[in-house]
Amino acid sequence: MMNILAFIWCGIIAFGVIMYVILGGFDLGVGIMSIFFKDEKERDLLMSAILPMWDGNQTWLVFGGATLYGAFPAAFSMILPIMYIPILIMVIALLFRGVAFEFRLKAIKTKRLWELCIFLGSVFATLAQGLILGTFVRGFNLSPHVAKIDQWFNPFGIACAIALVFGYVLLGANFLIIKTSGELQEKNYKLASKIQYIILAAFIMVSIWSPFLDPAIRERWFDPNHMLYLAILPFVTLLLLCGHWVALKKKQEYLPFWSVIGMFLMCYLGFIISSYPYIVPRQLTYMEAAADRSSLLFMLVGACVMLPPLLYYTYYSYRIFRGKVTQIEY
Amino acid sequence: MLLDTALLSRIQFGFTISFHILFPAFSIGLVLFIAIMETFWLKTKNSLYLGICKFWTKIFALTFGMGVVSGVVMEFQLGTNWAGFTQAVGGVLGPLFTYEVMTAFFIEAGFLGVMLFGWERVGPRLHYLATLLVVIGTTLSAYWIMSANTWMQHPVGYKQVGSVFKVADWMQIVFNPALFPRFIHMLLASYISAGLVICSVSAYYLLQNRFITFAKTCFSFTWLALFVLIPVQIYFGDVTGVQVHINQPLKTAAMEGIWDTQAGAPLVLFAIPDQKKQMNHWELSIPHGAALFNTHQWNGVLRGLKTVSISDQPHVIPVFFGFRMMVGSGLLMLLLSIIAVYLRWRGRLYNTRWFLISSVLSAPLGFIALWCGWITAEMGRQPWIVYGVLRTANAVSPVSLREVMISFALLFIVYGIIFGYFYFYFLHKTLHKGPSGIQEKEESRQPFQYMPSSFKEHP
Ligand code: HDD
Ligand code: HEM
Ligand code: HEM
Repeated sequence: MMNILAFIWCGIIAFGVIMYVILGGFDLGVGIMSIFFKDEKERDLLMSAILPMWDGNQTWLVFGGATLYGAFPAAFSMILPIMYIPILIMVIALLFRGVAFEFRLKAIKTKRLWELCIFLGSVFATLAQGLILGTFVRGFNLSPHVAKIDQWFNPFGIACAIALVFGYVLLGANFLIIKTSGELQEKNYKLASKIQYIILAAFIMVSIWSPFLDPAIRERWFDPNHMLYLAILPFVTLLLLCGHWVALKKKQEYLPFWSVIGMFLMCYLGFIISSYPYIVPRQLTYMEAAADRSSLLFMLVGACVMLPPLLYYTYYSYRIFRGKVTQIEY
Repeated sequence: MLLDTALLSRIQFGFTISFHILFPAFSIGLVLFIAIMETFWLKTKNSLYLGICKFWTKIFALTFGMGVVSGVVMEFQLGTNWAGFTQAVGGVLGPLFTYEVMTAFFIEAGFLGVMLFGWERVGPRLHYLATLLVVIGTTLSAYWIMSANTWMQHPVGYKQVGSVFKVADWMQIVFNPALFPRFIHMLLASYISAGLVICSVSAYYLLQNRFITFAKTCFSFTWLALFVLIPVQIYFGDVTGVQVHINQPLKTAAMEGIWDTQAGAPLVLFAIPDQKKQMNHWELSIPHGAALFNTHQWNGVLRGLKTVSISDQPHVIPVFFGFRMMVGSGLLMLLLSIIAVYLRWRGRLYNTRWFLISSVLSAPLGFIALWCGWITAEMGRQPWIVYGVLRTANAVSPVSLREVMISFALLFIVYGIIFGYFYFYFLHKTLHKGPSGIQEKEESRQPFQYMPSSFKEHP
């Protein structure tokens, strides 16, 4: 019973995290690429596409944090002190980004400054998330011989951080393909088709590198009993990438976005397969970290009642702002 | 005192939450005002009210954004700096935070977009619904966070297993008897703080002879509302005080400056408490006052601070003066609101210059009271983080002093620049432009102008 509850909460948190990665990911991506658009009108359009969304998207991060706090306090209190600096960077970057969205609307002379803040905020938030992701993939090492900074600052983490920047930009560009038209849309098609090659390279890199990080990862993926099933994952990912390539070529509007989401899901699944049943990889399993039964149950009641309407009105507010952002002529 | 991780983490937490609390409080009050004005608009179809809504919505958007980003800092700080606390009470407080996210933050975030950018994209009724949902969201979020804080002040319904707290009864925690007066006190504090800002801005326009009808409407409505709310607030302050005396007698002792346990303790109007010597200097007091206020009995017994050793006493100075400043500001606002209603009755509200100037100056009054109230409540709880069961010193994370120094320095600079300067800069700019600016050019920069026209036909 206890294990089932803990497992369900693991699932809910995993769901919250992937929601953030996808939704927060595309608006971070747009934030990163916005600076490279030279025309002010174009930047206005890009910002308008994400303005009504970013707050709701970021709430998934807050959700992930709060549920981890409530359901797995032992994990929360183990991870965050280790990740002190990256978390600090992330929250400050998100702070700059969030206020810059507001200030930019009201600024005239300093508009450029706030656009720079949106860019830097998005880049640093993504890099910090990438470093944290790297640590999760690699696993925590709590032996006293390992310096704290090496937990998150190492070649693999840096590679993950850079890959995540490109991943988010790809999501962002594909989102903008849906939201824009004409010349601006054309630019996003171009951008997306360039970045997909970088993403391909990143896939190959991570797939080759991560089995060498930890014998446990290697054993899991190359266990002869499962290897064939597990091989489906990279295969589907490649298929999605091909789909993405074709969809861009054919100037599809929705398909590229969905196939990138598919790729993110596959990577996430791969990560889960590598680390299950750990919630703090290689240190603490989700069963060990779980809170008391009554806490999990109490939260679950709320989640069952609240999550369905919540997902519905998230969808609904996306619908209200659906369609393309365009310049209104006066 | 030596600077250690615990102390620096406390200072950092106090610093960040002091900023955070101001924005939500302002948002909670402001959005209620906007909702009321939108109700008037829907009822009367008078475009004056729509103008009021749109203007204050801009201020609201700015403030709300600050609340969100500073709140994210708070959440992660609980883990980065207070891991010991999380480890011990995560199972109790975490579900409350989770409920806050699920019932409040998502509603706020989901409908805020509609409220801010949806004027042209949804019909007036749906827009009104979005505003109301944002009101509900902010209120619920205040409820959950106050219930978490109240549990820390007055822990109930738990059992301790080793060093970890587990929940015995959720009902007791969610409906903590200590919670209701505090929750209402906090909500009213938010309404009052926002109300005073609205009055201040309107008085400023009146003095400048700009946007006269706009300013008059806001000014008289809000003073009237304050005239009702402030006495209620004082009443709930009193209820809270009685209850604090029951649950945390030492906090009451620090608030009242009482060193020795005594019956019929005097109300110390002014004094300089001296913690080393365990006595007050220059005391000026009214006999039996404190006993009367805190126990509602002429000869009620108040426990003195000396009943515990100095190391177990809260710091008296901030608690003592924080409490006096809150009550002092409360009485001052009460006076102002009585004058306002009197002037309104006499028909002189809009042209009594000295009162307009006082109104302009009273903008920070609510926030001072609110902030001092929190200082009283939180510092008076020390040295416990969960009153009577978990010490603050045991709540910190295993992080180095250097890390906390880096984080605090960074947060200090960032908050100083962003909240301390730019927030006020843009606030001032928006206020200076005033409500008329919105109808014209301004609007072209709002994002909803970039949305597809197809939607305009939508109901
Ligand atoms: C009385 C009200 C109140 C109090 C005492 C607090 N908050 Fe708050 N908080 C709110 C009322 C609020 C709010 C009005 O609901 C905000 C402002 C903007 C928003 O989205 O919600 C908010 C935002 C907000 C957010 C961002 C939500 C989002 O992204 O939408 C977080 C993570 C927190 N808060 C966390 C905290 C923590 C950890 C606190 C104390 C330690 C705290 N808040 C005190
Ligand atoms: C559940 C919510 C809250 C949590 C988890 C929390 C936790 C803490 C912690 C860990 C500290 C540092 C220890 C200490 O010195 O007291 C603290 C202090 C403090 N908190 Fe709270 N608190 C909460 C609510 C609030 C709120 C909403 C405010 C609003 C302003 C607030 C204001 C303060 C202040 C002013 C201090 C004093 C700092 C000091 O003593 O140096 N707290 N609280
Ligand atoms: C004038 C009469 C007032 C009295 C007697 C009074 C009493 C109190 C008391 C006893 C506390 C401590 C509660 C605790 O430690 O749990 C408190 C807290 C607080 N007060 Fe007041 N108060 C008054 C006016 C005000 C006003 C005018 C405001 C703001 C506009 C305000 C805002 C607050 C806030 C925000 C808190 C902290 C929240 C809490 O602990 O409930 N108070 N008040």
